[in-house]
Amino acid sequence: MQAVTTNDTAIQLNDAVVALGGFPALAGVSVTVAKGELVALRGANGTGKSTLLRLCAGLVPLSRGTARVFNVDLAEDRSAVRRHVGLLGHRNGLYDELTARENVEFTASLVGAQARDVDDALLRLRIDARVASTRARALSAGQRRRTALASLVVRRAQLWLLDEPHAGLDASARDELDCILAEATSAGATVLYTTHETDRPGRLVPRTVTLVGGAVARDIPTHGQSGGAS
Amino acid sequence: MKQALVVARKDLLVELRARLLLVRVAPFALLVLVLFAVALDSEPLILRAAAGLVWLTMLFSSLLLVQRAYDVETQDAALEVLLTSAVEPAQVFFGKLLAAFVQLLMLAVLLVLGAVVLYGATVSGSNVVLLVTTVVSAAWGMASVGTLYGAVVANMNGRDSLLALLALPVLAPLLIGASRATEAAFGSQTIDAANGWAWVALLAVFSVVFSAAGAAAFATLLEPEA
Repeated sequence: MQAVTTNDTAIQLNDAVVALGGFPALAGVSVTVAKGELVALRGANGTGKSTLLRLCAGLVPLSRGTARVFNVDLAEDRSAVRRHVGLLGHRNGLYDELTARENVEFTASLVGAQARDVDDALLRLRIDARVASTRARALSAGQRRRTALASLVVRRAQLWLLDEPHAGLDASARDELDCILAEATSAGATVLYTTHETDRPGRLVPRTVTLVGGAVARDIPTHGQSGGAS
Repeated sequence: MKQALVVARKDLLVELRARLLLVRVAPFALLVLVLFAVALDSEPLILRAAAGLVWLTMLFSSLLLVQRAYDVETQDAALEVLLTSAVEPAQVFFGKLLAAFVQLLMLAVLLVLGAVVLYGATVSGSNVVLLVTTVVSAAWGMASVGTLYGAVVANMNGRDSLLALLALPVLAPLLIGASRATEAAFGSQTIDAANGWAWVALLAVFSVVFSAAGAAAFATLLEPEA
């Protein structure tokens, strides 16, 4: 059944199939995400979580089905959606020779953010002056992740797509990230993130979509109401 | 154009810190110039070939610079961040082109000075403008082709050798034009300044065509594969 896309819909996937090298990484995903919604994607390794994020970012082509993000048909012009997206993949997208601050400033300059926004983002991610002035190549994995997240914060995207954003972060940084994501959705942004965390009592209360074999197996709304694959 | 300048500044800052031009490319280029001189071992022959040797060395060196410019984009998936950062791909192209141009310009100045010192090439006062125009237009053309073909191979395996295989044939007309125009600027008996300017005109057309083609095709070339 064709779901209806409204002005309040951020993501609308219907039987979306993405084949990577002939293998169906997504095998018919149907899911609708409203604007301002916070969605956690769960599932074992290789179930298509990262591919789903990359599809929504317009970075992989749709093989079959329909996919619309902010009313942009990804089958027709997937590059058009990228301006709305802030993507954090498994890798951080940093330049090793630039300092943490310079990496964030680079993103800020591209999107027209101010120096104060850079300061705020660094502060939020608890990147102190010493770390901020250290080249990315010398940062620890957690510090690199924080820097990438700071870049994402200054980006102020409408759609945040985060692939295991908590990975490599210590407990306080994870809590801070939860706050940032909650604030982003409060401000109207839509957030999709993948996670393997099951036992951490995080501050977020997301809608949880579980993927199995490249398709939605469970879709549990924020208030704990269980729904089947939509 | 502001975003292109931001990208160019970033690329130049990365290269300044990595010191690829200073530590690897410039010594390599000078070494090639010296080896050409040793191999030819004849003063008239070297003088006759000086312009061609300068630009052949530029050609090889430019591949190293361009390769590096894309390595920094792919090593931590920074290219994906660029693609999803509301920047027009054409702006990224011109930013990377500008950064490559600045580096190639510096390298060209070094190599021309090398030709003067090592090969005894001379430039009379009236030919200085011809030489400067040649260097600027050829460096821009080289940067255009390098940035364009660097994008073609950026996400491919074995991109080091592929870049050379794809870009060198395309750069052949530029090599000929730059060599002939520089030969004229060096006061060669075989080509006069008027002909030198004709070659510069070819270089300018070449540069404009590849700049425009690069800006138009960059988005498609960087499109991630399934």
